[in-house]
Amino acid sequence: MATDVHRPVKARTPDRPTASPDTVVRVEGLTREFDGNAVVDGLQLNVRAGEFVALLGRSGCGKSTLLRILAGLDREIGGTVLVPRRRAVAFQAPRLMPWKRVWRNVLLGLPGRPGREVAEQALEEVGLTERSDAWPKTLSGGEAQRASLARALVREPDLLLLDEPFGALDALTRIKAQQLVDELWQRRGCAVLLVTHDVEEALLLADRVLVMDEGRIAYESQVDLPRPRDIGDPRFAELRARLLDRLGVEAPLPAYAGA
Amino acid sequence: MSVSHASPDASGAAPHLLPEPVLEPITSDTRRRARLPRWLRRTSGPVLLLALWQLLSSVGVLQADVLASPGTIAQVGGGLVADGSLPEAMGVSLQRVAVGLLCGALVGTLLALASGLFRIGEDLVDASVQMLRTVPFVGLIPLFIIWFGIGETPKVAIITMGVTFPLYLNVYAGIRGVDAQLIEAGESLGLSRWGLVRHVILPAALPGAMTGLRYSLGIAWLALVFAEQVNSDAGIGFLMVQARDFLRTDVIVVCLVVYAFLGLLADFIVRTLERLLLQWRPTFTGQ
Repeated sequence: MATDVHRPVKARTPDRPTASPDTVVRVEGLTREFDGNAVVDGLQLNVRAGEFVALLGRSGCGKSTLLRILAGLDREIGGTVLVPRRRAVAFQAPRLMPWKRVWRNVLLGLPGRPGREVAEQALEEVGLTERSDAWPKTLSGGEAQRASLARALVREPDLLLLDEPFGALDALTRIKAQQLVDELWQRRGCAVLLVTHDVEEALLLADRVLVMDEGRIAYESQVDLPRPRDIGDPRFAELRARLLDRLGVEAPLPAYAGA
Repeated sequence: MSVSHASPDASGAAPHLLPEPVLEPITSDTRRRARLPRWLRRTSGPVLLLALWQLLSSVGVLQADVLASPGTIAQVGGGLVADGSLPEAMGVSLQRVAVGLLCGALVGTLLALASGLFRIGEDLVDASVQMLRTVPFVGLIPLFIIWFGIGETPKVAIITMGVTFPLYLNVYAGIRGVDAQLIEAGESLGLSRWGLVRHVILPAALPGAMTGLRYSLGIAWLALVFAEQVNSDAGIGFLMVQARDFLRTDVIVVCLVVYAFLGLLADFIVRTLERLLLQWRPTFTGQ
């Protein structure tokens, strides 16, 4: 398997992604301005093949802009950005085409004329086989998000970009969706960039957590906790407190104490 | 703000003073709807109107030479069908509408695609179309007769004119109303420019196009009436002009009824199309 970036990505090792030195994302000096206001400002970022990276940041810090740039949806940029050609995005809203049944949505945009069985296979991976023939309007929030995930996975991406994909889900559905993403990542071994504002979610899933502030990566931390991770683990709590601190939230204090 | 709510303690034994809550059953929606079939409810309106008309005629409020009764009209209509003049006229008229509609739909859709999809198309096409569409097409009849003579061409041209603009406006609005998020999703999936048009923009513009088609069909019949009453020697309009010359109100009404039925048929066709093509739509469908 090869990415079309700069060099081939060799054997994938999903269990020990850190062992592979190959990079799937290389960003140097990236700048994006909106009306003279730099939302991304001289940003550096490297993501290794098979690595799960979570990108945290306060609302408006430019993390979604960065994801859109990596997806190739925003090209009014300065600096160097290298990403795999085979990349896929799952947005916060599922963004399924309402006029296409689920399986047709999954196949949308695939080159050639792939048969339905290709879609069925991807839907099976996300546990949505029985809804393959449904219209998107009849799906529940969790189902729609899984369909969106299947649509991303079916193009066998080397880089999967997730833009707060669990943001609109209820708490129970979110836990299931997180487990699903974890499973899929373990199985597929693609690199994942997860944009989120949920610190616990980032720590549950990611190998490395980045905090974005003022248009650049302000802080990063390896998460060396064994998988599957446990929120009750004291090391987890310590990392969580440290990250919250970085995000400008003082965790241990009473919630309404500040001004 | 000093709205004072009595606290539970202050009102003492308040719960005992409250009246018993009145319960009401929530009835099943499907059962309520199944009582009368939909088509029966839809036809009941026109049938009632017809009954009232017959009643007024029988009582003598409506005189036969002003407006014949439904019974008479049915008889006259039967006669016209029997001698073959009505089917022949309908055939001619239907053909004119069909050709005009086809031409107008083609022109309207192509223009809408040009100005909806491309900014340069918008700059070139939209201003001209907006200008032309305010010209009453009926006023063009004399000009068309001079240009195209008195054959089929001016009649089809009038219908084409009438059909083009409502379709153009609605398809154009439909294309420009496509959710930008879906376009972006399509781009992120690697759809080409043509793929975006085919899989995202056109399906999303379809509801608008259907509305345009409804308008267009209505205007097509209207244009047909105008076109056929000028220099015609066949068709329903010609039948009406002839009837007017012989003061046959019953024949005129038969022709009007035929127009109405053709309109109903057109509506039925569009409804069926909408049911087939727009079943994905997550919108309100009425209660």
